[in-house]
Amino acid sequence: MTTLTILLVLALLLVVFGLLFRIQILTAIFSGSYVKQIGTSNRINALLMLVFMVVGGIAFFWSFADNFSKMNPPIASVHGHAMERMFWTTMIVIGIAFVITQALLFIYSYKYQHQEGRRAYFFSHNNKIEVIWTIIPAIVMAALIFAGWKAWTRITGPAPKDAIVLEVMGKQFNWLVRYPGRDMKLGVVNYRLIDAANDFGFDLSDKAAGDDFVASEIHVPKGHPVLIKIRSRDVLHAVYMPQFRVQMYAVPGMPTRFWFTPTTTTDEMRAKLGNPNFKYELACNQICGKGHFAMKLNIVVDEPDDYVAWFAAQTPISKNADLMASFKQMSKQTGLGKGGSQDAKEAATGEAGETVAPLAAQASL
Amino acid sequence: MATSIPVSSQSQGGVGTAPVPHTEHDDHLHEHDDHHDQHWMWKYVFSQDHKMIARQFLITGMIWAIIGGALSSLFRLQLGWPEATLDWLKPVLGKWIEGGKLDPEFYLALVTMHGTIMVFFVLTAGLSGTFSNFLIPLQVGARDMASGFMNMLSYWFFFVSSIIMFASLFLETGPAASGWTIYPPLSALPQAISGSGMGMTMWLVSMVFFIVSQLLGGVNYVTTVINMRTRGMSMSKLPLTIWAFFLTAILGILSFPVLFAAALLLVFDRSFGTSFFLSDIYIAGQALHNQGGSPVLFQHLFWFLGHPEVYIVIMPAMGMVSEILATNARKPIFGYRAMIGSLIGISLLSFVVWAHHMFVTGMNPFLGSVFMFLTLIIAVPSGVKVFNWLATLWRGNIRFTAAMLFSIGFVSLFISGGLTGIILGNATLDIQMHNTYFVVAHFHLVMGSSAFFGLFAGVYHWFPKMFGRMMDEKLGYIHFWLTFAGVYLVFMPMHYVGIAGFPRRYYSWTGFDAFSQFADLNKFISAAAILAFFAQFVFIFNFFYSIFRGRRATENPWNSTTLEWTTPIVPGHGNWPGEIPAVYRWPYDYSKPGAEEDFIPQNVPYSQTPSSNLPYERELAE
Repeated sequence: MTTLTILLVLALLLVVFGLLFRIQILTAIFSGSYVKQIGTSNRINALLMLVFMVVGGIAFFWSFADNFSKMNPPIASVHGHAMERMFWTTMIVIGIAFVITQALLFIYSYKYQHQEGRRAYFFSHNNKIEVIWTIIPAIVMAALIFAGWKAWTRITGPAPKDAIVLEVMGKQFNWLVRYPGRDMKLGVVNYRLIDAANDFGFDLSDKAAGDDFVASEIHVPKGHPVLIKIRSRDVLHAVYMPQFRVQMYAVPGMPTRFWFTPTTTTDEMRAKLGNPNFKYELACNQICGKGHFAMKLNIVVDEPDDYVAWFAAQTPISKNADLMASFKQMSKQTGLGKGGSQDAKEAATGEAGETVAPLAAQASL
Repeated sequence: MATSIPVSSQSQGGVGTAPVPHTEHDDHLHEHDDHHDQHWMWKYVFSQDHKMIARQFLITGMIWAIIGGALSSLFRLQLGWPEATLDWLKPVLGKWIEGGKLDPEFYLALVTMHGTIMVFFVLTAGLSGTFSNFLIPLQVGARDMASGFMNMLSYWFFFVSSIIMFASLFLETGPAASGWTIYPPLSALPQAISGSGMGMTMWLVSMVFFIVSQLLGGVNYVTTVINMRTRGMSMSKLPLTIWAFFLTAILGILSFPVLFAAALLLVFDRSFGTSFFLSDIYIAGQALHNQGGSPVLFQHLFWFLGHPEVYIVIMPAMGMVSEILATNARKPIFGYRAMIGSLIGISLLSFVVWAHHMFVTGMNPFLGSVFMFLTLIIAVPSGVKVFNWLATLWRGNIRFTAAMLFSIGFVSLFISGGLTGIILGNATLDIQMHNTYFVVAHFHLVMGSSAFFGLFAGVYHWFPKMFGRMMDEKLGYIHFWLTFAGVYLVFMPMHYVGIAGFPRRYYSWTGFDAFSQFADLNKFISAAAILAFFAQFVFIFNFFYSIFRGRRATENPWNSTTLEWTTPIVPGHGNWPGEIPAVYRWPYDYSKPGAEEDFIPQNVPYSQTPSSNLPYERELAE
């Protein structure tokens, strides 16, 4: 009933609007202003162009300044600081272009509004200025490309040899984390061995797998390079860690990676922001289904000593009876996990024969 | 040949007295009028007349735009007021509202369908379909498209595609919900999201029909422009609109088949057990047999269409805006050849930048460097266009028609949205910005809103030729200022949200500390978006009212130079009652020194304008 009333009211309003509109036109016809094409409206629109520029410009700069402190996620990685500088440098460059072109657009619109008896200037081309305004943007672009390319090469280049390695696996709708354990080698995993107790699909016939351990959140040491290996076991996900300026897709069937060096521990960041509840977070940033928006993992940046202590206190998966039983059963069922062929290893780790950091690196932190 | 063209001598510059040089042989007046007693079925429904087909595309596109806009209002409600109860929407959305909350999967379906509808059905079919059809024959001086029948098929394939896509909105399992980019495996596996069941099947089938429609249309546009130009209409005398439509059609012909291939392979993966895009998947308690496929391969195929697609959307708008700016500034477009050159440059580059959508998808970083380089180069021709538009306004004599306002708005939005592309095209900065609201703000300004503004400008400008009546100017002004302000109020703050790293396609951000600070701003954006959506009804009203009750148009209400304005007020079948006029000059002789009027139509020979001919034109006057 309410809906019907609302619809009725809307329909009547529409009718009223239509009638008013008609009356306005009829009066305009009688007053003779209807057929005049270029009149007051032209001046009003020209003026509005100017007003729009001034009011809009002020509103934009005010709101930008007002929100500035909120729009900068705190930075906690080495390359993050470089990226931030590049971002704001680029913003200044495009900001200048923005102000100049928009100002010209609105000012010209106002200034060159129609005037009776004036004629537009017949000006069809001018090679010299066209060359100038082609070359200047080209040079600016070249500079931005060069800076971007240098940084990109460095950030996506190979991780330092002594980087801490850990693996994140995306699944609908949470993240799994594992560490290589004392041997510093991530063991083989196989998606066919996955079940409720063994959600990574560990292949325990691989010697390197037994001492791997899983964690409910990511721990990384401050000031030490960290290589995150990334995989997905169902659909696409993306590892997005805004404070570390890290983002990389998790692709089923194709392991990916990203390395970075954290610069600020969680505690330091809490003190810095004055927020005792601050947490580094990892968000999924590639649409993955119903729970996409809640696919979160906490990250803790420790002092190196705390990290080593945390690392030592973890329980390897070989001590997990459920997981072992599950593996045996799945292994029997599928015929997999009996000695782990080299193929399986390669498929699982993505890069066979890679040297991983020795435990010494861990202890020497 | 002795001609009797009255060159605009008696005109006072007002409406209704616009000079229209009549074509030579009035005795052929009724030669092409022999279709007027057609059955309505062939005249209005299965019409082969390009003007009717254009109107069909336009009105279908408008219906889609309302649907697409309404969907966005729904999800903006969710984003602006995540805590609110939406029970009042239950009569419309039914089971998708549960316990007063929007279903998160349906939220994704809304986002997906909004994108699909706006990109393909409104801005590709509705924009390019309407104006390529309407203007190509009229502006090149042809009786109709090269193949009227294919042209009709093009619309009806689009219609079938529309029906299927529309029907998918009402499926029990919901429409496609894996984003308009339909990345597998999400789009391939109904276990992963319910929208990937029947919804995705219908999406794919609909897109196949859509692609067929695009190709039929595109081949027609290209053929018509190449073969059917009137006497004297060399490529270097074509209006920029035609150049834009021509290049757009070529882009479509070259890129849509790749989407077809991707869709076909996806259909195989979904239904026939192949593994083009699937590998190593354990889902819903089951390990799938698929191995060796690559989801990244799909992304390459998709964006090989997807990137040219954004230029397919924006280039027709660029062409129309160039035309409208010149006409209403009463000045030649500045740098006509540079405008063509930059269109060609953008077209070529648009095929080699696709992977900038994929910097962080695990693609080889070296490829990332290459695509960053190519992507940022595209800023140069785009910049040239902007500078040329500004130079066109400089020292003009500007008439603010509604079309002109929207064209100026287009340039403003294109600048605002284009500049942030310089950030996103930089692979390093894209690490942080990828898939955030910064991207959403960027492309909504540069190709979404801009293309919409181009579409509005085109409708206001060519409405008199389409329907023989004028749209109401005052309502046009109101529509423009509300929309222009609305668009900026929505998308400027969205950049802030994006810089803060808010991910797109999130049902709500409340689960994250990192994304908790902008609840007020999101509310503001939502309110502005919904208001801007409702402002469009001013346009809808104006459009339909003016079709029936608008002021009667004259033949050339804007004192424009191009050929479509030499036709009768409502051109009949065959466009010109007599012979097709020949073309002697470029389309931008506005305010030429020495000319009596401030415009000289393309079909006026130099011999008739001795007072205004430039030195090299004097020879042509012989």
